[in-house]
Amino acid sequence: MKLKLATATLTGLLMATPVLADLVFPSLSYRTGPYAAGGIPFADGYADYFTLLNERDGGIGGVPARVLECETGYNTEKGVECYESTKGEGALVYQPLSTGITYQLIPKATADGIPLHTMGYGRTSAANGKIFSNVFNYPANYWDGASITVNYLLEQNGGSLDGKKIALIYHNSAYGKEPIRTLEKLSEKHGYEFTAIAVDHPGQEQKSQWLQIRRERPDYVVMWGWGVMNQVAVQEAANIRFPMENFIGNWWAGSENDVIPAGAAADGYKSLNMHNIGADFPIYDDLKTHVFDAGKAAGSGDQTGTVLYNRGLYAAMLAAEAAKKAQEIHGVEEITAAMMRDGMEALEITEETMAELGMPNFGPAFAVSCENHGGSGQAKVQQWDATAKTWNVVTDWIDSDKSVIDPLVEEDSQAFAAENNIAEGCS
Amino acid sequence: MGGVALMLYREAGDFKTSYVADGQTFPIAFDRYRYYAVLVVALAIIPLFINDYYVNAVFLPFLIYSIAAIGLNILTGYCGQVSLGTGGFMAVGAYACYKLMTAYPDVNILFHVLAGGIVTACVGILFGLPSLRIKGFYLAVATLAAQFFLVWLFNRVPWFYNYSASGQISAPERTLLGMAVTGPNADAWLRYLFCLIFLIGVAWIARNLTRGTTGRTWMAIRDMDIAAEIIGVNPLRAKLSAFAVSSFFIGIAGALFFSVYLGAVEVGEVFGIQKSFLVLFMIIIGGLGSIFGSLAGAAFLVLLPVLLKNILVGGLGWPTDLAAHLEFVIIGALIIFFLIVEPHGLAQLWRLAKEKLRLWPFPH
Repeated sequence: MKLKLATATLTGLLMATPVLADLVFPSLSYRTGPYAAGGIPFADGYADYFTLLNERDGGIGGVPARVLECETGYNTEKGVECYESTKGEGALVYQPLSTGITYQLIPKATADGIPLHTMGYGRTSAANGKIFSNVFNYPANYWDGASITVNYLLEQNGGSLDGKKIALIYHNSAYGKEPIRTLEKLSEKHGYEFTAIAVDHPGQEQKSQWLQIRRERPDYVVMWGWGVMNQVAVQEAANIRFPMENFIGNWWAGSENDVIPAGAAADGYKSLNMHNIGADFPIYDDLKTHVFDAGKAAGSGDQTGTVLYNRGLYAAMLAAEAAKKAQEIHGVEEITAAMMRDGMEALEITEETMAELGMPNFGPAFAVSCENHGGSGQAKVQQWDATAKTWNVVTDWIDSDKSVIDPLVEEDSQAFAAENNIAEGCS
Repeated sequence: MGGVALMLYREAGDFKTSYVADGQTFPIAFDRYRYYAVLVVALAIIPLFINDYYVNAVFLPFLIYSIAAIGLNILTGYCGQVSLGTGGFMAVGAYACYKLMTAYPDVNILFHVLAGGIVTACVGILFGLPSLRIKGFYLAVATLAAQFFLVWLFNRVPWFYNYSASGQISAPERTLLGMAVTGPNADAWLRYLFCLIFLIGVAWIARNLTRGTTGRTWMAIRDMDIAAEIIGVNPLRAKLSAFAVSSFFIGIAGALFFSVYLGAVEVGEVFGIQKSFLVLFMIIIGGLGSIFGSLAGAAFLVLLPVLLKNILVGGLGWPTDLAAHLEFVIIGALIIFFLIVEPHGLAQLWRLAKEKLRLWPFPH
């Protein structure tokens, strides 16, 4: 029957690739679909960083890195296929760039002993390393993001948000729902009025949501959006003449793609960011010599210097540093996924490391430990300048309110542990 | 080899001496043996060689979509009631299974899946009620409303997802005879066999329902409901039974999709409107009113993209985005090609091929 035929053909096709001595970094990217605008620059940055390491340093500790790209289209079923098709190749760490796929991979990757790095997305309570042994979400997570936004607004309002109204416009998915609980808790603490407004996937239709915002007149609108939803929201906010400087996106709602379509109307829109922006770093000179000018840039090579390209670089840098750490701990060059996990758990990023890598002050300085997989939980606020078409960082690193977040992380991770019979580690 | 197979594929000498023998599903001996051979390979040989990749990327989606397609085919193909609510009904099966799995952790997973199907059957009957008054496109719109309502419900009411922070549901480890079927530690072969046995059961029930009285009343309603009523078919019973059986199967598919295949589900993304269309396309391409068509349609839309991806990216080393775009083009073109060449689907192509083989080498 058809089934047998397909199986036979598939078997033939899959037997090909031989195992090489290299470090495999799968990139579950999405260059197609409604989220491609965010997926492309990230995937390009991720791939280019490893190309640079291979070209300039001959890999990591002398072993070449191989980026194995697989297109997910932000779709969980394709994500599963990608995970299964790449894990046999010696994958060291997965970065799916999708909260939905992350939720699927958490149990699978843990059972397979492969670490998962969900940088600023995924399951927030995975910051608790005692329960989530193989999942890392440093340098900051969603609840940090929510708390940082509130802290920033507190600072803007002289330390009090009493009587203010804050609306959250969110992608109606696991990703968008994550900050709600934190923002509710913080509203009890700081006395602001909180409304959550959902936007369904993919988010092209937001008229009714913005009508509600126009009617309720919140002082601030916070956005948890991704892909096409962001551009539409910025445009809609401009349409109802919502003051842009009071509209703050999270770090996934703050790239050039999100603001350029609205033109001059987007001027003043703010967002969080977990790393620095622009191409003004020494590493860009190396990238130019070894990657761009050599014609080895990933994709069409037109994304360099954008916010999400830098995020791809940052993610790759953290992965490469963790791999170096793993090589150092275990004293072997060709590390396995289990060794990579140890490297990630012992990762320490300081100002000096970043400067040495040509990325001075690129991200926060932080250290990972067995208990804390969440990093320092800091972010900056950036603001869009529509005339110059650039983002400008307007604050220094802002800390999150750990006294609110830590109990929430504990509670949610314990619920997961109870549901799945996981014993606490790190003792 | 072809010639030998052709020589074997004939009715001559294959005598039937009873009514039962004449009415069997595979009246031609060669067909029957082929069917047994497929069952033996599927049940006894594939489990020995299956690995994580095949089970997760190839077999589970194929088996589970086949169950859903058989379910929708009962309603649309056999009873003529167009439904765009498949995704929503799969979600009911998935969430019912999740609630039961977490509420009764000690019960065998088999019963949770079946119970998921039964809950979906009840919901299906409820949303099937409008079919007594409205038909065709209007019914399609009514089932579309069911789709949106159900997804909204599972997104909106925290009880359904046990108040988790993200609204995701995740399948904990549940067992069958002490062996894990769900969760990350389940063995590939067991998950495969678990779904395969459901598919065989569903296909067997569907085949036997559709060739008996129930199926004939469905088809009478499909072909002309007024005429059917005049010859004594009760439309209420026929339509609602079609909705119930169809939803039962779709519910099982949804429960398996969540618990065995994906393990974690977000209702809007996994059971959205695109799922309803996907299953509808499967039965249109495979063949309306055919069990084999349901399987062929599911294979076409599930396996072909994976196959193309492996050829273009794995085999030829193309960039992933180019391959993904080309996949859409190729599959779209093939759908148009098949529907022009044979509007009755792959099942009809198969039927014609068999017809030609029987006459070989002396066609008219």
